[in-house]
Amino acid sequence: MEKKIRKKKKAFVSADDCVACGCCLKVCPRNAIEIWHGIMARVDMERCIGCGKCAKECPASVIVIQEAEA
Amino acid sequence: MKKHWYDYLWILSLTYLVLGFFNILFAWLGLLCFFIPLIISVAKGTKGYCNRYCGRGQLFSLLGGNFGLSRKKDIPKWMKSKWFRYGFLIFFFIMFFQMLWNTWLVFSNVQDLKQVVTLLWTFKVPWHWAYHGTLLHPGVAQFAFGFYSVMLTSTILGFFTMVLFKPRSWCVYCPMGTMTQLICKAKQKGQAA
Repeated sequence: MEKKIRKKKKAFVSADDCVACGCCLKVCPRNAIEIWHGIMARVDMERCIGCGKCAKECPASVIVIQEAEA
Repeated sequence: MKKHWYDYLWILSLTYLVLGFFNILFAWLGLLCFFIPLIISVAKGTKGYCNRYCGRGQLFSLLGGNFGLSRKKDIPKWMKSKWFRYGFLIFFFIMFFQMLWNTWLVFSNVQDLKQVVTLLWTFKVPWHWAYHGTLLHPGVAQFAFGFYSVMLTSTILGFFTMVLFKPRSWCVYCPMGTMTQLICKAKQKGQAA
């Protein structure tokens, strides 16, 4: 039987709409988010576990949790 | 998560709002909330103030999150659009300069001191109990009344959007946040060029 591989979920930020407030990095349990040059949030895909805390916290709701392409 | 000293700056923000009810001259301290984010963004090219030190954001986070006063719904799309954010920044600037103009009129003895706090740029609320005279020019007090009006108005707006949407919805359209982000963008562009 073929084994189904589930892709890992990660946080994705809509860079253009991000206000760079930093609410997301405060709640990230893995310290996987940084505010890049005061412009937008950037997620370290290696560290992100796709828990969704940042997406829940984001006041602009510009973070989505999606399956990451391998 | 480990708490830092700056996670308690909401106490200062709350104290600031309370002090304005007792002596309006404390309103001058609010200038720190204007200058610190600007200095950080110009000098370091980051939004360090929003990200770490903003006591107002922490206060909304506490009231909306821990105290459960927020519906935690998504903010409407138009409120996070650049049109609205930049438009609100311009509007805020215009109202701020109007406040400075009124202060100037008192300083130049053209107008008398008005012991009122103007909420939402419209409603004039008598605030004479918080004024006990000043050794300096009445214009100093006029600026305090005007600046406290700005601070209280933005807190009220932030509180409403906190209740309706997510706790820190104010951060989406906060004029200081928008302005510092624009400074950071300009700085980044300058460095890349």
